[in-house]
Amino acid sequence: MIFLWAFIVGGLICVVGQLMMDGLKLTPAHTMATLVVVGAVLDGLGLYERLIDFAGAGATVPITSFGNQLVHGALAEADRTGLIGVITGIFQITSAGISAAIIFSFLAALVFKPKG
Amino acid sequence: MSQENGDQMEKEAYQKVASRIEPKRPMLMNCVKAFFVGGFICVIGQCISTFYMHFFHFNEATVGAPTVATLIFISVLLTGFGVYDKFSQFSGAGTAVPVTGFANSMASTAIEYKTEGFVLGVGGNMFKLAGSVIVFGTVAAFIIGIIYTIATGQWGAM
Repeated sequence: MIFLWAFIVGGLICVVGQLMMDGLKLTPAHTMATLVVVGAVLDGLGLYERLIDFAGAGATVPITSFGNQLVHGALAEADRTGLIGVITGIFQITSAGISAAIIFSFLAALVFKPKG
Repeated sequence: MSQENGDQMEKEAYQKVASRIEPKRPMLMNCVKAFFVGGFICVIGQCISTFYMHFFHFNEATVGAPTVATLIFISVLLTGFGVYDKFSQFSGAGTAVPVTGFANSMASTAIEYKTEGFVLGVGGNMFKLAGSVIVFGTVAAFIIGIIYTIATGQWGAM
């Protein structure tokens, strides 16, 4: 069942992105930045965690989860150490995504040749 | 008529012509494609999540990070072989919105700017497109963190 909800919720988030690009004529960069901020705000309101419980990867795979993870790390660390934790905690959970993207992209640049 | 006024009129005339000539975007079809491709990528993510939860003792709360890292690895590989760009031409937001699109934008710029050298080219341009996501996400998280701190009153050791 979680697979079906992952499909539907993940697909719907992509449709929202598509509507922002086609309907509001935003560039992809503007769309992504907006979606990340939306994810961050939803987690600030405590709603994103429920969406993950409900839709699993449907909520963790779209870029909105990136904003969710940034806020999640910041707030978890803020609970422990106060205001300074907001700064030290922001990248705590997102580390996997950002590190993987940097490392693999660099290795790809080593291995693959540019086209054209 | 002043020069500025003339420029303004030219701009308006251009806008009119441009909006008439611009091809109509098939919005419904694009949304259908985005829904199915995006949903499909999330199902792959769910398969990876289920795999990690079964074999590596992750739970629902912690499985997100390794899932995302694995998807990023797959996406970078597909970008390197030039497959991902073909998908994304077809599916628009369906491949752009999942984290795989984020990884694709980083890997493709990294490979593309290789010709300008590793420090200035790869290092300097990797975040050219992906940077806005990180910057706005981080600033938003910081603001929300400040609001949270004010709301809870836990200022910590200050």
